[in-house]
Amino acid sequence: MIVEIENLTINYDGILALDNVSLSVEEKDFLGIIGPNGAGKTTLFSCMLGLLNNYNGEIKFFGANIRKSKQYLHQIGFVPQKPVFEKNFPATVAEVVGMGLTKNQKDNTIDKVLQKVWLHELSHRRIGDLSGGQQQRVFIAKALVNDPQILILDEPVTGIDLQSKDLFYQILRDLNQKDNITVIWSSHDLDAVAKLASKVACLNRTLFFHGISEEFFHNENLLKMYSESSMQMHMHNHED
Amino acid sequence: MGFEILSYGFMQRALVSGIAIALMCSVVGLFLVLRRHSLFGDALAHSAFGGIAAGLFLGIYPIWTAFVVCILSALGLTKIRQRFQISGDAMVAILLSSGLAMGVILISLAGGFTVNLFSFLFGSILLVSLENTILILGLAGSILIVILLLYRQLVYTTFNEEQAKVSSIQVEKLSYLLVVIAGITVVSSMQLVGILLTSSLIVIPNVTAMLFSRGFKQTSILSMIFAVFSAVAGILTSYSFNVAPGGMIVLISIILFGGSLGIKSFRQKKRVLVLNKEATKLS
Ligand SMILES: Nc1ncnc2c1ncn2[C@@H]1O[C@H](COP(=O)(O)OP(=O)(O)O)[C@@H](O)[C@H]1O
Ligand SMILES: [Mg+2]
Repeated sequence: MIVEIENLTINYDGILALDNVSLSVEEKDFLGIIGPNGAGKTTLFSCMLGLLNNYNGEIKFFGANIRKSKQYLHQIGFVPQKPVFEKNFPATVAEVVGMGLTKNQKDNTIDKVLQKVWLHELSHRRIGDLSGGQQQRVFIAKALVNDPQILILDEPVTGIDLQSKDLFYQILRDLNQKDNITVIWSSHDLDAVAKLASKVACLNRTLFFHGISEEFFHNENLLKMYSESSMQMHMHNHED
Repeated sequence: MGFEILSYGFMQRALVSGIAIALMCSVVGLFLVLRRHSLFGDALAHSAFGGIAAGLFLGIYPIWTAFVVCILSALGLTKIRQRFQISGDAMVAILLSSGLAMGVILISLAGGFTVNLFSFLFGSILLVSLENTILILGLAGSILIVILLLYRQLVYTTFNEEQAKVSSIQVEKLSYLLVVIAGITVVSSMQLVGILLTSSLIVIPNVTAMLFSRGFKQTSILSMIFAVFSAVAGILTSYSFNVAPGGMIVLISIILFGGSLGIKSFRQKKRVLVLNKEATKLS
C-alpha cells in the first residue's frame, strides 16, 4: 500500500464534505475517483496534499502519517483542477515546467518531460498563448519533472476538446504502464474511467464503492445507485 | 552639455544610487505587479510619509523612522489580509490614507511644511550624500541577492500559490519577506523620485517589459534595462534643463511605455495585413 486513508471526515463550517472515507492505493494502480460535482473529490485531494489539515482520521503515504512529515510530497506530482494563472503571466512553457523542479537536476530534464507530453517544440512559447489542452499537458509535464512515484490529477480534462482528451488519456496510460507511475485521477466522465482505470472509487460525500474497475462497470446495481445519487446531488445543488 | 558633469561628485553619487534604486524597483516590482499589488508600493510610500513626518516631529533621522513605519505597515497589512480576508485594494486604500493622515497631523503639530519634507515628497537625488549612497548600494545589493537566491520559489508562488504549497514551498513566509523587501525598496527609492512617484518606478518598467517578452527571465532583464535607462536619462536631462529629477525619470519611463505601445500596435497591424494578403492569395 502506498496510500492509506482511514476514516477521513472533514467539514466546511459545519457542512459535511467527506464522511468517514477509507481508501487505499497500491503501487501501479490507475485509480479513477468518480463522483458528481460537489462530491468531495477536490476536498479529498486537498487533504491528501496537506492543503487542508482540519480533518479527522488518518492519511498515510508510504506508511507514514502525513501530519508528521511533508517529505512524501517530493514523490507526488499534482495537476490541479484549474491551474489558474494570470493570462498575461510572462513565463515560457519551459519556465513553467521548471518551476516544479525541487532538486538541481540536469538541464535536459525539462526537455525530457516536455517530450513525454508531446510539447517539446513549444517550449519557448508563452504559456498563455497555448490552447487549453496544451496548457493541461504543460501542467502534467510540470508534475512529472521531479520523477514522482504518484501522479494526482483533479478532473484534468474539464473544458477540453475531444481530440486533446484522447491524447491526454494516451499520455496517462503510457505513464502508468511504461513508466510505472501510480495514477490517482478524479473525473465525472464515466466512459473515460471505464476505458482507462484499473480501479474505481465512487465518492459522494461517503465512499460507496471501491474496487476493481470491471466489477463496478459490470454491476447494474452500482451504476444505477451512482446515477441516482448524482441526480439527487444535482437537485440538491439546484435547491441552494 | 559635455561629459564633464560626470566628474562632479554629486552627479556620480546620483547616478550610482539612481541605478541601484532602479534595479531594485524593477526586480521587486515585477513580483508585485504580477501579484496584482501594483498599488501596494503607493500605499507603502504613503505610510513612509507618515514615518518621515514622525521622524521630523521627534527629531530622529527621518529615513530611519520611515523604514520602521513602512516595514511594520507592510507586515501588518499582510497579516490582516490573511486573517480577515479583506480584499487587497481596500486594504491598500486604508493603509494609504492612514499613512497620509498620520503624516499630516504630525506635520501640523511640528509647525507646517519644511524644505526638508519637500525633498522627501519629490525626491532629491542630486543632493544624496556619500553615506546615503553607500546605504542604498548595500540595501539594493542585499535585496538583489536575496531575490536571486529565492528566485524559483518566488516565481512559483507568484504563478500559483496552491501549487507552490504542494511543492513544499513556504508560501506564507515568502509573502512576508516580499512585503518587507518592498518596504525597504520604497523607502530607498523615495530619495530618487520622492514619495509621490515611487510606485511608478515599481510598475511602469515592468508593464513595458511585459509588452515584449515571453518569459519571466526575459521580462525581468528588459524591465531592468528600461528602469536603469529611465533613471540615468532622467537624472542627466533634469540637470541640464534644471527641472525636478523625480518627475523627469518617471516621464521618461512613461515615454518608453507609450513608445512600446506604439511599436506593439504597429506590429499587430502589420501581422493582420500580412494575414489578409495571404488570405486573398489563397482565395
Ligand atoms: N472552501 C470551501 N468552503 C465551503 N465549502 C466548500 C469549500 N470547498 C468545497 N466546499 C463544499 O464541499 C463540498 C465538496 O466540494 P468539492 O470537494 O469541491 O467537490 P468536487 O471536487 O467533487 O466537485 C461541496 O458541497 C462544496 O460546496
Ligand atoms: Mg473538484
